[in-house]
Amino acid sequence: MSELSATHFLLLSAALFIIGMVGVLTRRNVLVIFMCIELMLNAVNVSLIGFAWELHQLTGQVFALFVIAIAAAEAVVGLGIVMALTRRADTVDIDELRQLRE
Amino acid sequence: MERTVDWLVVIPLAPLLAAVINFLFGKWWIRHRAHWLAVPAVGLSFLTSIVAAWAVLGRDELLRQPLYTWIRAGEFHVPVELVADELTAVMLLVVTGVSFLVHVYSIGYMHHDPGYYRFFAWLPLFVFSMVMLVLASNFLVLFVFWEAVGLCSYLLIGFWFRRRSAAEAAKKAFVVNRIGDFGFALGIMLLFTSLGTLDYHAIFEAVPQLSSGTVTAIALLLFTGAIGKSAQLPLFVWLPDAMEGPTPVSALIHAATMVTAGIFMVARAHPIFLASPIALWVVAAIGALTAFVAATIATTQFDIKRVVAYSTVSQLGYMALALGVGAWIPAIFHLFTHAFFKALLFLGSGAVMHAMHDELDMRRMGGLKRWMPLTYWTFVIGAAANAGIVPLAGFWSKDEILVGAWVGGAPLLALVGLVAAFFTALYMFRAVFLTFHGQPRFDPHELHPHDPPATMAVPLVILAIGAALTGFLGVPPEAGWIHHALEPVFEGATHHEVTLGLTLGMAAASTLVALAGLWTAHAAYVRGTISPAAVAERLGPLYRLAANGWYFDFVYQRYVVRPLDAAATWLWRTVDVGIIDGAVNGSARIVALTAQLWRRLQTGLVANYALAIALGTVLLVGAYLAFGSTLFR
Repeated sequence: MSELSATHFLLLSAALFIIGMVGVLTRRNVLVIFMCIELMLNAVNVSLIGFAWELHQLTGQVFALFVIAIAAAEAVVGLGIVMALTRRADTVDIDELRQLRE
Repeated sequence: MERTVDWLVVIPLAPLLAAVINFLFGKWWIRHRAHWLAVPAVGLSFLTSIVAAWAVLGRDELLRQPLYTWIRAGEFHVPVELVADELTAVMLLVVTGVSFLVHVYSIGYMHHDPGYYRFFAWLPLFVFSMVMLVLASNFLVLFVFWEAVGLCSYLLIGFWFRRRSAAEAAKKAFVVNRIGDFGFALGIMLLFTSLGTLDYHAIFEAVPQLSSGTVTAIALLLFTGAIGKSAQLPLFVWLPDAMEGPTPVSALIHAATMVTAGIFMVARAHPIFLASPIALWVVAAIGALTAFVAATIATTQFDIKRVVAYSTVSQLGYMALALGVGAWIPAIFHLFTHAFFKALLFLGSGAVMHAMHDELDMRRMGGLKRWMPLTYWTFVIGAAANAGIVPLAGFWSKDEILVGAWVGGAPLLALVGLVAAFFTALYMFRAVFLTFHGQPRFDPHELHPHDPPATMAVPLVILAIGAALTGFLGVPPEAGWIHHALEPVFEGATHHEVTLGLTLGMAAASTLVALAGLWTAHAAYVRGTISPAAVAERLGPLYRLAANGWYFDFVYQRYVVRPLDAAATWLWRTVDVGIIDGAVNGSARIVALTAQLWRRLQTGLVANYALAIALGTVLLVGAYLAFGSTLFR
C-alpha cells in the first residue's frame, strides 16, 4: 500500500453500497431498511468525495453536500411514513405490509 | 307569370304545429281534447289551399314562397321553397279537403281510443308531409317528404302496435316502400350526376340534352319509387295489409295522401317520361296489369276493407295506365274523383265496422240497409262512382282514361282496362249486396247496428256529394273545367284528337261493361240465380289464384323473405356471434390469460421488488460496461 488513491475510495464506497443493498434486500424491519438506504446514499457520497480529492476540484464535495441535504429531507418523509405505518398497521415488518397485492 | 307570396306557408305550417303540440303535450295535458287543435289546423290548411287554388287555377300564374336555403355547397344549393302551380293546386285541394273530412270523422271514430292524442299528432303530421311533398320545388325536398310520408304511414298503420298483425303490417308497408324508394333515390342521384341540378324547372329545361338511354334509366328508376308508393304491380302487397291501421288512416292513405304521391310525382316529372317512350310504355303496361290483377283479387275477398283496398290498387292502376299513354290530365282527374269516392267507401266501411263491433267479414253481415240507411246510400253512391256508373264521378274520369289509352296507341291496354272495369262493378256491388242487402247473417238482437254519430255522418254526406258531382268538373270530356285548369302544366305533352264518336262509343262500352258487372253481382248475391260457390268451383285454379292475391305474398315469402331470413340468421350465428364476438371475446381472453401469468410477479414483498431493481441495475450497468463504454477496452 503505497499511497492513497481514488481506487481506495471507490473500493470503500462499493463495499458500503453492497452492505447497504444486501441490508435492503434481506432485512424485514422497515427502520433497518431505511438505515440501509441511508448507508447506500453515503456510499455514493464517499465516491464523490474521492473523486473530488483525486481531481482537486470542489464539485464532488458540493455534490456530497447536496446529497446530505436531500437525504435529510428524505429521512423526514421516510420516517413520517414509518410513523403512519405503525399507527395504522401496528407493525414495521415489511413482509406483513402487502395490502396492495390484494 | 310568377308571384311571390308570404301566406303559402300556412298550408303546411298549421298541421305541423298541431302535430307538434299534440305530440309534446298530448299525453298529460291535452288528451281527449286533441281534436280541438288538429281539426281547425287542417281546416285552416284547407281554406288556404282554396285561396291558393283560386289564385292559381285558370290564371296561368305561379305562386312561390321561398323559405330558406337548406344546403349551400359551392355550385350546389338546395332551397326549401313552396311553389304552387295548377297541378299542385289541384293536389292541395284533394289532400287538405279529404284530410279535413277524415279528421272530422276521426273525432267520432277514435273517440274511445286511449291513444287519441297520438292519433291526432300523427294524422296532421301525415297531412303536413303530403302537403310539403306536393309544394316542393326540387327533387331533394320531394324525396325528403316522400320518406316522411312513408314514416307517417308506418306510424299510423302500426297505430295499434300492441296487435302483432298491425305491427307487422306497418313493417311490411315500410320495407316494401323502401324497395321502391331505393330506385327512386337512384333515379334522383342519376338526375343529379347527369344534369348537376335538382330543381324541377332547370331539369325539365335540360331534359333534351340527355341521351335517350340516360333518360329512360332515370324515368324507370323514378317510376320504381311510384310503384312502391302508389302500390303498383309487383309492390302492391303492402297496401291491403295496411288495413290493420284504424279505418280513417286507411281512408287517408288510400284517398288523399301516400298512394297519390307516386301518381303525382310521375305527372310532375312528365317532361322526363315524355322523353322516353320505353318508360311510358312500361308505366302503361304495369298500370293496366295492376288494374286488372287487383280487380280480380278484390272480387274474391270477404273482408270488406280488403275489397276496398284492392279496389284502390286497381284504380291506381288506371291512373298509371293514363300516365303511361300520355293522358296526363285524365290521370289527375281520376286521382281527384277517386279521392272522394275512395275516402267515402273507407269511411263507410268504417261506419259499418263501428256498428258491427269491428266485424270485417261480409259473410257475417247482410241486411244492414234496414238499420243504417244513411251509411247505405252514401256507400252505394261511392260504390257506383267507383264502378263507373253514369253520371257519377268515376264514370267520367275512368272513361277518359280508356279513351286516352285507345287513342294513345294502346288499344290493347284499353281493352284490359275495360275487362277490369267489369270486375270493378262486380266487386263493388258484391260488397254492397253482401253487406247491406238480403237477410242479416248475425244476431240483430245482440248487435243493434245503427247509423254513426254526426261527426262521422257529416263527412260521409259531404264525400257522397263530392263522389256524385266532381265528375262534372270534367264535362264535357277533353274540354271541361279541370282540363282548362290543368292545361298549362302539361303544355309540352302531345295532344291526341278525340272524335265524338270514339268518346260516345267508349262511354257506351264502359257503361255496358259496368252494368254487366252490376247485373252479375245482383244475380249472384241478391236473386241467387248464379251460385258464387259453383262459379268458384268451376273456375278452380283461376279462382284460387285470385283469392290468394295471385300468390304475390306467397312468392315473396318463399323466395325473398325466407332466403333473406336464412341469410340473416347465418350472418348472426356465424359472422356476428362466431367471428366478430369471437374476436372480441378471444382477445379479452388472451389478455386475461397473460395477466394470470404475470400477476405471479406481483408478490407484494418489498424485498422482491428491491431485488428486481438491484438486478436490473446490475444488468443495465453491466451491459453498458461490456458494450457501451471504453473502460475495459
